Amino acid sequence: MAAGGTRVRTANSDRSESITMARNIDIELQVSRYSPEQDLEPHLQSYRVPIRDEWVILDALNYVKDKIDGTLTFRWSCRMGICGSCGYMINGEPKLGCATFLKDYAPGPVKIEPLRNFPIVRDLVIEISDFLEKLKKVKPWLIHEGSNGQGEYLQTPDQLEQFRQHSMCINCLLCYAACPISGLDPIFIGPAALALAHRYNKDSRDQGSAERMATLSHPDGIWGCTFVGECTRVCPKHVDPAGAIQQYKLAAAMDGMKSFLMPWGKR
Amino acid sequence: MEAKKSHEPIFWTLFSAGGVVAALLLPVHLFIFGMAVPLHWIHGPAYNLLLSLAQMPIARLYLFVMCSLPLFHFAHRFRYTLYDGLQIKHLNEVVFASCYGIAVLGTVAAGWLLWRI
Repeated sequence: MAAGGTRVRTANSDRSESITMARNIDIELQVSRYSPEQDLEPHLQSYRVPIRDEWVILDALNYVKDKIDGTLTFRWSCRMGICGSCGYMINGEPKLGCATFLKDYAPGPVKIEPLRNFPIVRDLVIEISDFLEKLKKVKPWLIHEGSNGQGEYLQTPDQLEQFRQHSMCINCLLCYAACPISGLDPIFIGPAALALAHRYNKDSRDQGSAERMATLSHPDGIWGCTFVGECTRVCPKHVDPAGAIQQYKLAAAMDGMKSFLMPWGKR
Repeated sequence: MEAKKSHEPIFWTLFSAGGVVAALLLPVHLFIFGMAVPLHWIHGPAYNLLLSLAQMPIARLYLFVMCSLPLFHFAHRFRYTLYDGLQIKHLNEVVFASCYGIAVLGTVAAGWLLWRI
């Protein structure tokens, strides 16, 4: 009897423990939903998902999509911080869904919203065509006349180091969501595009800096930046767009001074 | 995109140079002449010696730069604080004239005082 009682108590305590654990191992996601055909503005919808040690926010969203609500819409692709597709506002901070662990937000809730400063297509999907236009304007490609006649253009490690950091950008747009100027002034070219322009200007194989300067040394280009520095703080690839823009400002200021002091000189 | 002629490089250069002066030189002077000497942490030079030093053209120029550039640093930073903080970019001309006007007035006042010593 006593033994039986013990067994019963053990079974009960196991069950209550498992209930307690179940409470601890799931978490509430508050996901922004917006359907342009039905909603006037985005609203939050709650889902409970399990917490697993190895799960990132993207896994949780995929769990919702697969098991709870197939209508939830979000962008993702590589799951390893390379494609730059899964940028979301996670508890108000721009982060990559694939590089942000779910357990860090326990006991929750975790609020997941589309990146700030962009129009929303649906749920967590943002409209990025404005960014793509801006990107095109800064000519982020090697501009080079003629050929050296030897095939490859060799670079020293020092020459590579000049631009390597700024070439790590994955266009995830977290910097645009973090930049207060991008929010206030939609025509501001913005951190990623400016950093990428700087990346090509610093490349020893490139000859397009004068061409880019005309576009970038502009009130909506580098001069629009007030060096808040949030872009650099949130960048998951440590590109340092704020630093790139300040370096570019110095180059543009020197260029401006030169053309002011020597107006007859070639720019 | 056609490049619009911008005066921003000039004001940014003044802002930038003013930032260096305000961050590196001003604190040293404030510490020495604002705290260390008055609180007798160190023995300062005699007034007459300091006065004759300040009357040297190179010292006047140094003091002039130290007074003027941080004012332009302030003007630029405050201008953008007003634009973005108060959302008054449409009042661009007024904000611009007020901020840099203060810097110019301060520069003229510094020049006048330094000229008279």
